[in-house]
Amino acid sequence: MKFLVFVKQIPDPDIPPAQFRIDTEKNTVAPPQGSSPAVSTYDELAVEAALRLRDDVGGEVTVVSLNNNPVMNVIKKPLAMGSDNLILLQDDAFEGGDAMTTARVLAAAAKKIEFDLILCGRQAGDWDNGQVGSYVAEMLGVPIVINSGKLEVNGDKIRVERTTKDGRDIIESPFPTIITAGDEIGVARYPKLRDIMAAGRKQPEVWNAQDLGLDPSKVGDAGALTKVNRLYLEEKSSQVEMIEADTPAEAGEQLAMKLRDLKVI
Amino acid sequence: MASGVLIFGEFADGAIAGVTGELLGVGRKLADSLGEELTAAFIGDGIAQDASGAFPMGADKVYVVDDPSLRLYQSESYADVAEKVLKQVDPNIVVMGTSTMGRDLAPKLACRLETGLAMDCLELSAVPETKGLIANRPVFGGKAMAEVDCGSVRPSMATVRLKSQEALDPDSSRSGEVVKVDAGLDPSIAKSIIVDSVQVEVEGVRLEDARIVIGGGRGIGSIENWGKLEELAGIMSGAVGSTRGACDEGYCELDTQLGITSKTVAPELYMAVGISGASQHMSGVAFSKFIIAINKDAEAPIFRHSLYGVVGRWEDILPAFQAKVQELVSE
Repeated sequence: MKFLVFVKQIPDPDIPPAQFRIDTEKNTVAPPQGSSPAVSTYDELAVEAALRLRDDVGGEVTVVSLNNNPVMNVIKKPLAMGSDNLILLQDDAFEGGDAMTTARVLAAAAKKIEFDLILCGRQAGDWDNGQVGSYVAEMLGVPIVINSGKLEVNGDKIRVERTTKDGRDIIESPFPTIITAGDEIGVARYPKLRDIMAAGRKQPEVWNAQDLGLDPSKVGDAGALTKVNRLYLEEKSSQVEMIEADTPAEAGEQLAMKLRDLKVI
Repeated sequence: MASGVLIFGEFADGAIAGVTGELLGVGRKLADSLGEELTAAFIGDGIAQDASGAFPMGADKVYVVDDPSLRLYQSESYADVAEKVLKQVDPNIVVMGTSTMGRDLAPKLACRLETGLAMDCLELSAVPETKGLIANRPVFGGKAMAEVDCGSVRPSMATVRLKSQEALDPDSSRSGEVVKVDAGLDPSIAKSIIVDSVQVEVEGVRLEDARIVIGGGRGIGSIENWGKLEELAGIMSGAVGSTRGACDEGYCELDTQLGITSKTVAPELYMAVGISGASQHMSGVAFSKFIIAINKDAEAPIFRHSLYGVVGRWEDILPAFQAKVQELVSE
């Protein structure tokens, strides 16, 4: 089977809140010194899910990333995890887009590649939109199952387990289809040193807007439908009252009394 | 010409779901600022009778698509029916909940209409001059907020985070017109299909409905210790929620996880035990009325979100707390 995985390189998702700064002119994150970008967590889970399926039924995993500023050891992580190919989509015209323009580029790339199953994260760890997978599904006219957990190939369908508010659903979707990976996929594998080295030697393929037959007015800033007016940090009014007591037990009792005062208990 | 605000309400267990009240609350505010109508649409099976319950909650008009084939959410069928309603209503703004339905349906519709969509918003406001929509939403795992302009195509679309909006006080004197729309579905369009649905019985109070939620993090340390939180929750008639870290350690079930990509709760009291207060997690509990925290690290970010805090090992503090609570609730 042919698996396509869309991955996004994002600013380090583990920047502590205290060091999280914003470049208010560009409306982007100003990462602290020494922090490195990362593959978005859910996209890594999508890679993991694709690799498990490939190991199960055979086939090829191709990773696709729209990425004008790739940090090579970051964007090659899916290769080091075991993916077969990497394609980078790069063009100045892609700059400043939104979820819709990103999906247009990814859908155009998917049309150039044969696939049975596309996987991507349920949302990217930077803008937390959760739109791109659904947009690509609509653009390609294929079904989608979002926020999936455990996956299994069942003949000409993919079988998806998804947690619901009071249990779980089993959903089946016929190939070709799109799946977005949620927490229930589990934990992504750590690449081995030898595989990191091997991935380092692999050259990604690079496609631009023209290769993809994209109208420049439909991508990047020119094609975006939404605009971020302002990126800002919320002011947290710290009005906590710390309970001081001679012993932990006394502190516990006082805390309980506070709840009575609040009429919570 | 486009006019008004359209919300897609939801039913749960045969009754109008809580999210609908929230949507009507925010929808009413948006419609009033545009000086236009608020329409509520419902899609489902056997819901026509109860859909008029949206009027006291703020709707001017109600659209219903009631069909046996729509009993369960089905991606392609719901998208087709919702698109049909949307074209009939022709609104300036469309709002849904960031629910299982909204997460799937909203982007599908936005793509079909090629319009701007903002997901999982905390605040929405309409621009009377352009009839546009401005959305404020958490980004970067809740570490920052973005103000998003949903653009010039109408309708503009948004989903709102569950429990982030206030419902109106019901006004039983309100009424209006119910419009029934024929589903007219071709069954062959349904592709991704729920073939089995497993209900897991919840002991005690359901997390989403609990008035008191005790949250445990990685700091709880073991499955045995997790039992202590459950015992305390039992005494307080509450439920236990968790962080990603606690789930990763296997202390608790994944369906107890609270956060930006998991469950959102808005209890009267959220009591964080051994939780540092990562943005990802706090996004799921931010609308709690009161937050209190026990943590051994005085610098833990959780205290910035809390009304009361105790610095110390939870193992030393909780037994006396629990005994006092027991005494107070049995008075």
